[in-house]
Amino acid sequence: MTDSPNQNEVIFEAKNLQISAIRDDGSELPIVKGVDFKVKRGEVVALIGESGSGKTTISLSALGYCKPGLKFAGGEALLLGKDVSKMSTDELRPSRGINVAYLAQSAAATFNPSIKINEQVTESPVLHKTKTQAEANEKALKLYHALELPDPENIGDRFPHQVSGGQLQRLMAAMALCGEPDLLVLDEPTTALDVTTQIEVLKAFKQVIKEEGAAAIYVTHDLAVVAQIADHIVVLYSGEVKESGPTDIIINRPQHPYTKRLMNAIKPLPEAGQGESSSDEYLRKDPALATKDVDAGYGGLDADGAPKIPVLRDINVAIERGKTVGIIGESGCGKSTLARVMAGLLPAAGGEVLLHGETLPPALANRTRDQLQKVQFVYQMADTALNPRQKIADILGRPIEFYLGLKGAAKRQRVDELLDMVELPRQFADRYPHELSGGQKQRVNLARALAAEPEVVLCDEVTSALDTIVGANVIELLKRLRRETGVSFVFISHDLSTVSNFADEIVVLYAGRVAEQGSTDKVLSPPYHPYTRLLVSSVPETRIGWLEEASQTREAKAGVSGAVKLTKQGCPFFERCPLAIPGTCETIDPPQRLDGAGHIIECHREVSELGG
Amino acid sequence: MIAKITYLIAFSFFSTMIVTTPHRHLRTMRGVDLADHGFGGRLMTSLILKRLGIGLITVLAVSVIIFFGTKILPGDAAQIRMGQQATPENVAALREKLGLDKSYVMQYLTWLGNFVRGDLGISLSSDVPIMNLISDRYKNTLFVSVLTAIIGVPISLMLGIMAAMFPGSLYDRILTFISVTLVAAPEFFTATLMVLLFVFALGIGNAVVVGSVEGKGFFELIAHFALPITTLSFVIASQLIRMSRAAVLNVMSSPYIEMAILKGVPRKRIIFRHALLNAIGPIVNVVALNLAYLVTGVIVVEIYFGYSGLATLIVQGVQTRDFVLVQGLGMIFCLTYVILMLIADIAAYASNPRLRHPK
Repeated sequence: MTDSPNQNEVIFEAKNLQISAIRDDGSELPIVKGVDFKVKRGEVVALIGESGSGKTTISLSALGYCKPGLKFAGGEALLLGKDVSKMSTDELRPSRGINVAYLAQSAAATFNPSIKINEQVTESPVLHKTKTQAEANEKALKLYHALELPDPENIGDRFPHQVSGGQLQRLMAAMALCGEPDLLVLDEPTTALDVTTQIEVLKAFKQVIKEEGAAAIYVTHDLAVVAQIADHIVVLYSGEVKESGPTDIIINRPQHPYTKRLMNAIKPLPEAGQGESSSDEYLRKDPALATKDVDAGYGGLDADGAPKIPVLRDINVAIERGKTVGIIGESGCGKSTLARVMAGLLPAAGGEVLLHGETLPPALANRTRDQLQKVQFVYQMADTALNPRQKIADILGRPIEFYLGLKGAAKRQRVDELLDMVELPRQFADRYPHELSGGQKQRVNLARALAAEPEVVLCDEVTSALDTIVGANVIELLKRLRRETGVSFVFISHDLSTVSNFADEIVVLYAGRVAEQGSTDKVLSPPYHPYTRLLVSSVPETRIGWLEEASQTREAKAGVSGAVKLTKQGCPFFERCPLAIPGTCETIDPPQRLDGAGHIIECHREVSELGG
Repeated sequence: MIAKITYLIAFSFFSTMIVTTPHRHLRTMRGVDLADHGFGGRLMTSLILKRLGIGLITVLAVSVIIFFGTKILPGDAAQIRMGQQATPENVAALREKLGLDKSYVMQYLTWLGNFVRGDLGISLSSDVPIMNLISDRYKNTLFVSVLTAIIGVPISLMLGIMAAMFPGSLYDRILTFISVTLVAAPEFFTATLMVLLFVFALGIGNAVVVGSVEGKGFFELIAHFALPITTLSFVIASQLIRMSRAAVLNVMSSPYIEMAILKGVPRKRIIFRHALLNAIGPIVNVVALNLAYLVTGVIVVEIYFGYSGLATLIVQGVQTRDFVLVQGLGMIFCLTYVILMLIADIAAYASNPRLRHPK
């Protein structure tokens, strides 16, 4: 691929590309409606749009591949001058992996769980006989080094489940690059990652694409990511190109109304001063729900009463009535476990959960109906949380009947009120969940929790599976419900931006311990706990050049290579902390630094050292 | 009589359920990534030990059901053995000798203890130790089931996997048609077709398996049992083909298979290197269930071809109200299931890289 240094060489070109879905009755539904764009050597072209815009379908056309149920309906997909949309699988095989390679959204699903990593990374060039196994191994080793993977000599001998998610994502890049392709197709390769991991993966991708001199199609819905990596942006909506041009122009001077809408939906950076505080009307000082020294985990208890797989250690959190508490942290920090302990789904191994100052039985089964009614749970995936065989009226009717004892017309009226409350038309009561869109299902999911007329609603990543614009609407709804009903929300998310413009208070969880907690403004302004600082500085900005700056900061340098690790004593963030005091931090539990206004930082450093 | 056979069938079905349920339970446990939480190399061993324990509990539970289940049936063992003419004194003496005057719990414990030592008691209808009755029959059963397994299982799996390679093709559709027809066809129907085809149309083989197996060489034995083996191969093939096709197709819709396609991996390698490894678990399960059927469930085929095996023996036991025989055979069938399912589960654990190579 370095044999042709011509920077203007067109690697891939879509010419009036059309792709249709084949319906059950055999008719065709156009999905991609005549798309044109070019990718030149050394260039990264981003395809952006919401889900349903056809961006993944278009990107796969570069490999001559359509997902089952789709077919090429017209136009051309020219890879190195050959129209791959009209070639058979056998004709395509030699170019796949060698001329063009694919990186999927979830590396965990893309790696075969039963085959060692190195075999999968080197498989394509060896099968295509462009490299011997030894040459491919050598190339893979080089890539492992370039992608800054730990223990590059031996990582290939492991199975996919033996490395972390972020490492697997980079290994997938190695798999794509091993055949030295001319074109890389990257489909949302960082969307499933934590912000801290996203930085390192993006950095690795960007560098490797540049060094290998490949061209790339980068599919994403995240404009902040696009600004870091793309040279050229194609904005898609409903299978059509709405606008395309150089990154600088699209980001800073968008022309098309849809692009402007996308730009507006970008979440503001987490900063002090955004948190919308709840109205005072419902506010009371006594906590509705509180945890006291809670320990919890999985795998049963060992001899001294501690869980075999500890997840939470000494958690003290209070949710005041009418307030919204955001719980943030990377995956594996115990956010969902904390919600499950509060709900009683996972009985705490130690400590207490208090409702209005009264100790709740740890297990759900021992709680009274009254206690159950006051704490409700909203799951992340509305798809799996709603019974597909029940109508919305039944889904909402059951808690109404169970907790409030309403039947018949009174129950139906309450269902209607709930639908009004979550801004859904009343006719939806007679529909099944599969007839609703993702955002609508999430609203039903919320309505079901509200049907019990609870005091505390635990929301576990309720917007994470939704598109940016849809998710923003759900947040607006939550804000309104909070104003109107006075319900307290516990809002769990790994997305700091969402939490910061919704929560009154934030609890930062790291490896099962509270690192920092306090009002949103206090947590998001100095002094920071070192982990909070890492999280805040990792949220990508829609500014070209941000990635390079961010990866130079002290936090990024110290923090990126770490993984969440639980410890039995001391501060679990020790290994990733730029301010760690060896000998102290890993052995002694950090003291609480209080400011007197409810802002707590658990750190061995003095508050003065954490500022600025 | 019919009621009793229904009872027997319900009963063996129930025992099978018990045998397979804990296994499903463990399957879901695997979904939780125990391996991710630092359980280390002990995980595999502890899982196998746990599975062994569950197998043992299953055998004990089934033994309780078998023992007390046969006790519920009307009739007294001593009375049956002595016949109608026996005096009450004689019957009472035999009851004492057989320990029937003791409490049910004591009787159960004695019976279980004897079973563990390999003593299944004495047949009520023929005064012969049950072990002798069984040892006459098990050779036939063993020979037929082992040969059917050796011939039927690999061929069926190959056919099923090939169908998964070309889903929707003419080959797949024909095979689906044949295997679904075979699933629906009762064993005696398949057997009749075999006899019509081979014995009457082609003039080879015997419609009835006659004569002793003693002194016959291996190939003579195959000729001896050719038709039952062929019939049974068809019976298990239909299920094995359907299940192996489904297991492989299920894996074929995974993202990692799509990735292999997009890497330009040829179809053959996708199936044999990428898909099959991940389909081993469900496939060994179906194989084990079918092997258990070959030992315990081939009543119709045994009767049809007129050779005596274990399955007809238990029917005879019920017909002659020989409780002791039914109890003994019930336990042997239960052990067959438990051991085969145990092997299938251990094979499934071993095929799971998360358990073989924990973090």
